[in-house]
Amino acid sequence: MGKFLVRRLLNYVVLIFLATSFAYLLAAANLYPRGYFEQMQPPPTDEVINTQLDTLNLNDQTPLAQRYVTWLSGVAQGDFGQTIQGGDVTPQIWLKAGVTLRLITVATLLGSALGIAIGAYAAVRQYRMFDKAATVASFFVLAIPTVVIALSVQVFATGINEALGFQFFLFSGEYSAGFQGNGWELLLNRIHHAILPTFVLAVALFAAFARYQRNMMLDVLGADFVRTAMAKGLTRRKALFKHALRTALIPTITYFTFTFGVMVSGATFTEKIFGWHGMGAWLIDAIFQQDVHIVAAASCFMAVTIMLASFLSDILYAWLDPRVRV
Amino acid sequence: MSAQTIENTEATSERPGDETPVLEVRDLTVTFRGFNGNPDVNAVRGVSYSVRRGEVLGIVGESGSGKSVSSMAAMGLLPDHAVITGSVKLHGEEILGLDDREMATRRGKVISMVFQDPLSGLTPVYTVGDQLAEAVLVHNPKATKEEARERAVRLLDLVGIPNPEGRYRSFPHEFSGGMRQRVMIAMAMANDPDVIICDEPTTALDVTIQAQILDLLRTAREETGAAIVMITHDLGVVAGFVDRMLVMYAGRPVEMGTVDEIYYGSRMPYTMGLLGAVPRMDLERQGALVPIKGTPPSLTALPPGCPFAPRCPIAEPECSLAEPDLLPVGGQPSKAQIRAAQEAGTSGGAVAADTGVQRVACLRSGEIAENAWTAQDIYPIPEIPEVPAAKVRREDRAEMLRVESLIKHHPLTKGAVFKRRVGTVYAVDGIDFDIREGETLALVGESGCGKSTTLMEIMGLEKPQGGSVSVMGRETSKMSGSDRFALRRDMQIVFQDPMSSLDPRMPVFDIIAEPLRTHRYPEADTTARVYELLELVGLNVEHATRYPSEFSGGQRQRIGIARALALEPKLLVLDEPVSALDVSIQAGVVNLLEELQARLGLSYLFVAHDLSVVRHIADRVAVMYLGRIVEIGDTDSVYTRPAHPYTQALLSAIPIPDPEKERARTHIVLDGDLPSPANPPSGCRFRTRCQKFVTLSAPEQERCTSVEPALEATNGGDQATACHFAERQSVL
Repeated sequence: MGKFLVRRLLNYVVLIFLATSFAYLLAAANLYPRGYFEQMQPPPTDEVINTQLDTLNLNDQTPLAQRYVTWLSGVAQGDFGQTIQGGDVTPQIWLKAGVTLRLITVATLLGSALGIAIGAYAAVRQYRMFDKAATVASFFVLAIPTVVIALSVQVFATGINEALGFQFFLFSGEYSAGFQGNGWELLLNRIHHAILPTFVLAVALFAAFARYQRNMMLDVLGADFVRTAMAKGLTRRKALFKHALRTALIPTITYFTFTFGVMVSGATFTEKIFGWHGMGAWLIDAIFQQDVHIVAAASCFMAVTIMLASFLSDILYAWLDPRVRV
Repeated sequence: MSAQTIENTEATSERPGDETPVLEVRDLTVTFRGFNGNPDVNAVRGVSYSVRRGEVLGIVGESGSGKSVSSMAAMGLLPDHAVITGSVKLHGEEILGLDDREMATRRGKVISMVFQDPLSGLTPVYTVGDQLAEAVLVHNPKATKEEARERAVRLLDLVGIPNPEGRYRSFPHEFSGGMRQRVMIAMAMANDPDVIICDEPTTALDVTIQAQILDLLRTAREETGAAIVMITHDLGVVAGFVDRMLVMYAGRPVEMGTVDEIYYGSRMPYTMGLLGAVPRMDLERQGALVPIKGTPPSLTALPPGCPFAPRCPIAEPECSLAEPDLLPVGGQPSKAQIRAAQEAGTSGGAVAADTGVQRVACLRSGEIAENAWTAQDIYPIPEIPEVPAAKVRREDRAEMLRVESLIKHHPLTKGAVFKRRVGTVYAVDGIDFDIREGETLALVGESGCGKSTTLMEIMGLEKPQGGSVSVMGRETSKMSGSDRFALRRDMQIVFQDPMSSLDPRMPVFDIIAEPLRTHRYPEADTTARVYELLELVGLNVEHATRYPSEFSGGQRQRIGIARALALEPKLLVLDEPVSALDVSIQAGVVNLLEELQARLGLSYLFVAHDLSVVRHIADRVAVMYLGRIVEIGDTDSVYTRPAHPYTQALLSAIPIPDPEKERARTHIVLDGDLPSPANPPSGCRFRTRCQKFVTLSAPEQERCTSVEPALEATNGGDQATACHFAERQSVL
């Protein structure tokens, strides 16, 4: 098993390297950092621009391969280059990653747990009211892009705030600007700000998980081993929980890997709309500013998170299913 | 509910006396409500029985007779949409209608159950030991994990799992089917229940494993003193295991009595037909089997009156007026009374309790008893003509198929990118046999012995890995593609599962016409040929436009046979053709196969695990074990005087549907499971389980472990055995 995981991990490292390299090459070949300097007021001379671009390793007159090698040797030492304004990218990654991961992790846990619970229960109550309601709700959510959900939630929150006459929902920024207070108050303030964006992300995930878990659960509901568990003296509820759900969770765990990619891109919109300075918002801003290194760094981060999610689901799978442990 | 039962309920105390049955079921009905306008399914319609401590009650019936549903209802295991009425009493206490929590405290503690399919019966993600310990813990919340663990290990030991301490941590997928069924039985025994319901506990298992499990159930009964309700369709298992039995048909008990009463004096045409339909391994010349025409009625639309009347050979008009009650022999109302009751619009509907005397639900039971009719008297038995070729000596008949030292090995590989060979599965490891014209050779053995692989190798008509296959004197490896195509006309196959081997989207006509069209049979004659084939296998011309889903299992198998016969083959390969069918249907198909052989002069290669069917249909039999033939010979010699210890064990393990004979027999019960074909034992492959090996002296044993025995003639005739110490002896 250990050998298997190490092999997997090596595969992932190769994949991350490839994904990041492609992102860099794509960005370096298509973005136009020279334009960023040319449109400055007053416009700097070509020589100044060239020197600027040379120091940043962004000069389109240098061959792409050479720029790539320079960039790669920096990355090998943990240096993702500089932003177009001249700041270091690497320390910023940690900052932005923290924001995004906080959002994604909470939303993933919340969304998948809710989805699994609702999906599993809907299966138990197949064709009853709860099942029908859950089915309608999840298809409704699945049919709407995250952007639309985020915007609708914002509109809805504004309406409520206006009706209540005070800011019940906060939907701008990660915490109130210029907020003063001790650790606990700051934490509360942050949580208050996090409610809506987390909800938006979680709701999309919930829908996918609810559908998937419902199908998986239906497969095992009539299984002989559930009947055996009941014949042993377990109540139906306990047999379903301990034997059916436990077995039906296994395929859902692999599904988790695929949804994580959706989460990361979904977070991009959500961050942008709710004014969070996370990885996604950073990436979009960077594209507008023709900032090659940030695009590469953000892509690298996304590749790493998705691969980590895969690795995690490999481990979870082995832990949940004794049949794959050889 | 009668006044008497109410008294019983009140008189019952916590510790009932010997008189109170452990489990008493009265007038139980189960209806599955149809959703979305579908009709209701009346799965069980008035079942009553009672079992006392230490008693074994058999419930016999074909699929759909409601035998499993009635016991699931008693256990409270049916889904919510099942409507259950009647009464189920456990130690005199009514348990029907208790909520799930109340039922759960009794399930596994007072009443427990062993299910049919051990492969899917255990949760795949928990260890076997933990699942067993759970059964202990759930009823003794005070017990510690450690105590439950110890008890689980003791139980594993009790049911004969070797190295129970170590196997405690095994997962179900690491156990064979037989071992999983042992675990299921251990689970059922865990809390010393008073009743164990066994729902077809051995149906999914091989015969030698079945013998082990039946032995184990006897041990379980002695160990716990529990009453056992044995649900099965196998009349052989019932004969030797059960005290009293209940025969069910279309959701209703139709006959009840002791095993001897029913086996030697059944008064119900259905039971009589069922007993006559079973091929007998112990009878030399049984003649044609008793076929019961038609199929069981649909549970959503039952015929009026007796549900068996449409299939009954001695039905009278009164039979379809009212459904007869289960009454003592001759105790039925007269025909005049029935007609009067029918006109008056009243029905009997008296619920008779389980009184212990033989009772029959047939209007003519008295008549049957008076005339002492048997199945042969009331059922029309088809005349099966003699095979014309049988008059010629075997050696002088044409050879249809010859297989010489056929080998099929599967490589075991490891690794995703760079595959490397880590072992070999010796699926078929050098077998020889031949089939002459008009002859049936049966290939028998337990699952995993290589019989199906042999078939596929022969049907493939390719060059085998080793050895040779010759069809009608022509070696397949030397044939060209067009020769092979032409040869397929002469050999056809009938598959095991009639449900999945016919294309559900093709009408019957196209299914049967397909081989004709493929082989360019004149289009003008195709229709006539298809109709001819349909009639040949006992179907009607109007069936041609229907789809397979509209037919029952037996009819589908007839369609499969018609398709195989379309090109007038000379050799028919039959891969377990009747194993998926109910006994009464199976008899019809077996008779058909025998009749076709005689009329068309066919040769059969018959693969089966059911040795009783083989005895009935085969002229010669080859017994396979781990990819080798261990004994081959004419059926009579092999069955009456088997020489190989494995053949002896196999024949001995099969229960005979004759209670007196069965009680007098001692079964040879083999140890353990079939070894892995990837790692067969050295020397004689059977020695690890051989009952004879242990009785041999050390030098003799040495010979078994080092030298692989070859097939050698044992009686100077046709019979040959691969055993160093072959000794012909009767085991029936």
